[in-house]
Amino acid sequence: MTTRTASPDAAPAPLIVPPGEVVPGRARPGEPLRREGPGKLTGAAKYTDDLVFPGAWYGATIRSTDAHARLLAIDLEDGFDWSSVVVVTAAEIPGENVVASLKSDQPALVPVGGEIRHHAEPVCLVAAPDRETLRAAKACIRLRTGALPAVFDPLESRQVFAHYDIARGDLEAGFAAADLIVEGTYRVGHQEQLYIENNAMIALPRTDGGIEVHGSMQCPYYAHKALKRALGLDAVHTVVIQEETGGGFGGKEEYPSMIAIHAALLALACGRPVRMIYDRHEDIAATTKRHPAIVTERTGVMRDGTLVAQEIEIVMDGGAYCTLSPVVLSRGTLHAGGPYRCPNTRIRSRAVATNTPPNGAFRGFGAPQVEFAIEAHLGEIADRLGISPLEIRRRNVYRLGDTTPFGQVLRESVAGEEVLEKAAEAADFEAARARTAAARASRSGDDGRARISPGIGLALGWHGAGFTGSGEAQMGSVAAVELTAEGDIRVLIANTEIGQGTKTVFPMMAGDALGVPPEAVEVAQPDTSVVPDSGPTVASRTVMVVGRLVIEACRRLRAQVEEATGRPFAESYREYARSRGHLRVDQKFEPYPGEGFDDTTYTGDAYPAFGWAACVAEVEVDLDTFEVTVKDVVAVDDIGRVIHRVLAEGQVEGGTLQAIGYGTIEEIKLQDGRYLNDRLATYLIPTALDAPRIRTILVESPYSGSPHGAKGVGELPMDVGAPAVVAAIADATGAWVRELPATPERIMAERTATGVVS
Amino acid sequence: MTGVGPYRFVLNGEPAEVNVPGMRRLLDVLREDLGMTGTKEGCGEGECGACSVLLDGAVVDACLVPVCQVDGHVVRTVEGLASQVDGRARLSPLQVAFLEAGGAQCGICTPGMLISAVAYLDRGGGPDEAAIREAIAGNLCRCTGYTKIVEAIALAADSGGGSVRV
Repeated sequence: MTTRTASPDAAPAPLIVPPGEVVPGRARPGEPLRREGPGKLTGAAKYTDDLVFPGAWYGATIRSTDAHARLLAIDLEDGFDWSSVVVVTAAEIPGENVVASLKSDQPALVPVGGEIRHHAEPVCLVAAPDRETLRAAKACIRLRTGALPAVFDPLESRQVFAHYDIARGDLEAGFAAADLIVEGTYRVGHQEQLYIENNAMIALPRTDGGIEVHGSMQCPYYAHKALKRALGLDAVHTVVIQEETGGGFGGKEEYPSMIAIHAALLALACGRPVRMIYDRHEDIAATTKRHPAIVTERTGVMRDGTLVAQEIEIVMDGGAYCTLSPVVLSRGTLHAGGPYRCPNTRIRSRAVATNTPPNGAFRGFGAPQVEFAIEAHLGEIADRLGISPLEIRRRNVYRLGDTTPFGQVLRESVAGEEVLEKAAEAADFEAARARTAAARASRSGDDGRARISPGIGLALGWHGAGFTGSGEAQMGSVAAVELTAEGDIRVLIANTEIGQGTKTVFPMMAGDALGVPPEAVEVAQPDTSVVPDSGPTVASRTVMVVGRLVIEACRRLRAQVEEATGRPFAESYREYARSRGHLRVDQKFEPYPGEGFDDTTYTGDAYPAFGWAACVAEVEVDLDTFEVTVKDVVAVDDIGRVIHRVLAEGQVEGGTLQAIGYGTIEEIKLQDGRYLNDRLATYLIPTALDAPRIRTILVESPYSGSPHGAKGVGELPMDVGAPAVVAAIADATGAWVRELPATPERIMAERTATGVVS
Repeated sequence: MTGVGPYRFVLNGEPAEVNVPGMRRLLDVLREDLGMTGTKEGCGEGECGACSVLLDGAVVDACLVPVCQVDGHVVRTVEGLASQVDGRARLSPLQVAFLEAGGAQCGICTPGMLISAVAYLDRGGGPDEAAIREAIAGNLCRCTGYTKIVEAIALAADSGGGSVRV
């Protein structure tokens, strides 16, 4: 089911576990098996909720049921023995009542007299020795509130979290020269990350007055920073430890900081460990989602499909607090034009506040919204011009030396054309498209047979590798490698294994740099008292950015050992450790080569490099019910360099299916600012039966600023899956759906509106 | 509520006995009373399949089964899939196939996914993609896109099934 081009070698490799039971044909030479795989496969792996802390109490969060209100009082009803539990309100927060993020606008708990800004906002906390007492206590806490007027429509919001305006060329001249001007407005809704492990944190009071938090998270140092500020503790008295984490997808980037504060407040109040384990309902109802967006496109093209003018306006709904909205919007703004050359461009954007739960990080981080819009829009343009979707992309895709709307010259690692051609070839796109057209032409209107219409669609995308702009330089991440006194090699990073393979690929990269096998390299558990702050596990940056730091640290460690011993590292490091003891090398981030990015003008090298992706989807649409079945998908992704083939393919396949879910079935319905389908019974994600066959083709167009050439893989496939499916639906039905997900209702409405009959 | 037991059943080939309320979820009995935390909770309402276990060989969601219903029956969990050789876990061919093919990523759906795969293979399922997808349709995975899970089960079917072969 999987095609491999970069290294077709599929000879069986020896298994690490267990010896003597080799299933041939899968592992490849030099590629170790998933490091923590055996634990996950036997049930031995311990996730946060699996950990036992004797005497631990259970914690819960009392949340608002208003979208916007003044909190007048928190009433503890008579008749309950309040001495059997602890209750924590904002008044008991020892430090600042803030969840530290980009801005300091979000409180850990709404104070009495303060403003409730969204449904399910945390107001107070309660912990009890057992779940039944906890349940009884929760039922006896009443919030008294005074309703305030709420804003739910982002177009009506007057509170702007961030806005950008980038322009290049002469827009009016571009439109004046165009043969055709096409306009369209595209909408996308919330998407839930839906990691299968719910959020979970356990806080333990330390004997030194500090706090230790174990939990499911992507970014231990984000939680660390938030805890220090809210609890008024220093770094030494604040310890955050990431446990085995059952998926993140951005959903465990920021909200775990909130939960860590809550668990810690309760643990300090009752003097015992406190478990804050969300159930699915609370996790969906309260935690961050992908930003909804409204994207308006106006494009001028020549008859041959050449883009000459692009005007794009983006409005993102940030929800009630700022969270990461400015950087989500920033990435969305920079990616909005798609991977296409256009001399005259203007992109304006804003992220605004509404009285809905805050939106935040989700794989793709602002790019999937805008890339759906530009890809669907380009598809409509191609239809209007009567040229194929492949041809219009060929005509406009960035090539080496092209300049983006934000003035970045693409100097290397530009593979948009390559991924496009590989995808078209693998899917036999034009021939398949001719077949779907023939099938539509031969179908009679009402011949009694099931009216199943086939369609094929194509999307092309790009994804800036790592943080946007000067983000990485400002963060100044540090990674380390140590040779212990016992002669063990250990990578020290705060980057987390959340399923993507961190624990497997870092020993590969470090081992390669040191000249030892990956099995000789350990990776420390992310524990803020042990590992340096190598930055968050986000933005597809772990392998590209932190991998570079670790490789550089390994090279320095190796040089030091070899200089001292006069022999190759692999032969001498144990002896070095015995005679000289512990050696640790820390490596701090140095900016990538290039011109840098100007945050004031929003121009320059916004990203060190870009990843490029193409996706071809084949669908069948039932013309009576408009149900869509996604049959086959080809995903071609240029990730710079493949470190571990199986793991990289896994990222592409998983990201592609999340994108297909985004395009077809995943939708949050709101009423008065509350999510209506906040359960797994009502928020649907694709099952194995909904999922198509996904053929992955990895392309390697290495980036010279990385010692290994890698550009990141996690988010890239998320950008192209939904528009490919929407294009296939348009091919099958004649209707371009401009709002995700492309539900049967929306397909039917679009067909009715555009007068398509069949 | 049914009484407080004792409830006796066979768990991974060994006798188990608990004295708990009869309506306590099998999931909580396994995880909290018996310390078998391999079975995971993803939704608590029978949608995700993370808590799948075998009850007399049939796949059930342990979050929906009260312990009184397993009294006298046979339960198998992920902890029962590997064999023990000299105190070390020896993975079953199915587990090896998952490891090799990349069928486990974050790992939280993996125990339930393996249980559904074992049931499929034990009833003679082969390496047929459509049949495998049907067999795991009750187990949600958010990481893999299912492609490598289907491949892993097909590999295991080719190599002789999912049960422990000691």
